[in-house]
Amino acid sequence: MIDVNVNLSRWPFRRLPCDETPRLVEKLLASGITEAWAGSFDGLLHQDVAGVNARLTAECRSSGGLLKPVGTIHPLLPDWEDDVRRCAEQHGMHAIRLNPNYHGYRLDDPVCDRLLDLAAERQLVVQVALKMEDVRTHHPLMKVPTVDVAPLEALVRRHPQARLVILNGSGTVTPAAAANLTTLGPVYFDISHAEQVGALEQLVKVVPHERLLFGSHFPFFNLESALLKFRESELGSAVSTAIQSGNAKTLMGTR
Amino acid sequence: MDRRLFLQTSLVLTGGVVACSAEKTVQVQTEHSSDVIWDLHCHLSGVPGETVKERVEQLLVYADRMGVQRLVFFMGWPFLSNPTPDQLRKQNDQVLEALALAPDRLFGFAYVSGEHPDESLQEIERCITSGPMLGIKLWTARHCSEAALDPIVRRCGELQAVVYQHTWLKSTGNEPGESTPMDVVTLAQRHPDVRIICGHTGGDWTRGIRAVRAVPNVTIDLGGSEPTAGFVEMAVRELGAERILYGSDIGGRSFASQLAKVYGAELTVVERKQILGQNLKRLLTPILMAKGVKLS
Repeated sequence: MIDVNVNLSRWPFRRLPCDETPRLVEKLLASGITEAWAGSFDGLLHQDVAGVNARLTAECRSSGGLLKPVGTIHPLLPDWEDDVRRCAEQHGMHAIRLNPNYHGYRLDDPVCDRLLDLAAERQLVVQVALKMEDVRTHHPLMKVPTVDVAPLEALVRRHPQARLVILNGSGTVTPAAAANLTTLGPVYFDISHAEQVGALEQLVKVVPHERLLFGSHFPFFNLESALLKFRESELGSAVSTAIQSGNAKTLMGTR
Repeated sequence: MDRRLFLQTSLVLTGGVVACSAEKTVQVQTEHSSDVIWDLHCHLSGVPGETVKERVEQLLVYADRMGVQRLVFFMGWPFLSNPTPDQLRKQNDQVLEALALAPDRLFGFAYVSGEHPDESLQEIERCITSGPMLGIKLWTARHCSEAALDPIVRRCGELQAVVYQHTWLKSTGNEPGESTPMDVVTLAQRHPDVRIICGHTGGDWTRGIRAVRAVPNVTIDLGGSEPTAGFVEMAVRELGAERILYGSDIGGRSFASQLAKVYGAELTVVERKQILGQNLKRLLTPILMAKGVKLS
């Protein structure tokens, strides 16, 4: 299985049971995860994003190939474009991750167009995390609204070649809106926040299963949440395998 | 055996198949076939189906897949945060209809409201004293710390019925009438002999657990929040496993995400079994015995 939504380092507001990389790796491997796309919690608040990405890359290197680093890009920081370059050239990353709500910009900010252009030039997948935590449980001194997805369709229309992965989006992007976005370009969605009884069975009725990716939001979420969704929903082996690994390989052009 | 070693061992011994494919069969470590799972927190809302029967049948399919043996239902659909007495009766009728469809699997709590104490007492008599239900559900009509709820809670104590109170601690602000765990504590201290469940543990469980820590007649419900890691570990540390109840809040939530809170936590076998089912069974046993219900 390929988990496209993992984070290393420390969640800013409490310790998590698997927030030390060796323990995280142990759990992923024991759970059948063969590849995990890992960002860094540090990227949410740290201003030295270059340092965050360098540490992330080094940390992933120690995982025996399990962890693939996904660099943070904060496009309101000075010279952020060089962070994109470093992600691709220095760190050999295949993807970058955006946190527009933590970094203070909207998806209709012109900087997003520039960012997607640069990512395309570098052949980078762009992950957009719509939220990290239920807004109702945010620290009272740090309330971070969920990303407004109203501009998302226009953004995709302007960049129909951009390979986008929407993380933590269920409940924010409706299944119908997600289905629409898949018709406009190579837009994918992770399943970490797919919620309701029989969630995946219901989701694939609306969203093409070819555009769903196994993403756990681990270690903030229990890894078992994403895993158990495949027991609660009977999707059949072909669809399950596509979501668990095949679609990620297609996205990366590795099959 | 320490918890970590136990976890590693149990993963190997109890791994289950989640998905099979020509490419690979994926083993995951979440099956424990000996677990008895009782789900405290189930709704008919948010479930595919037009009728109670269709919804119950669909839910039991999912429950079977996840190994959930018993389910406690409260409230019908649509959700009504401040229902009229007539609406309360209709919602309870839906649950009674559900219970009749699978009496060996389903339990029910009567939906009552501090806004209508007299009619709520009538519903308690209809649904619990004369009916099959085992407790009450209080939602957001009034804060449960208000004295208006005392007759309702006192009657539950007389019947040995369980009181489930929804709570949240929203940093975005609670709804009017929406209780916090601190409201539950106030209520529980006035009724120390009544078994009271702090629904959702306040959502923000880091504060909710602390709030109820000193009040032993309050147990917590794990259901209806995101499957954030560390919830159950903190609860066990601060409250002890015997005060923690697995619940899902289906159909808006999934069994998967909510069971993951337990299966993803580092627990001993004893703690896991307590949380998944034994604690709820213990909580309901007095009223089940009073009703002459024998569990198979």
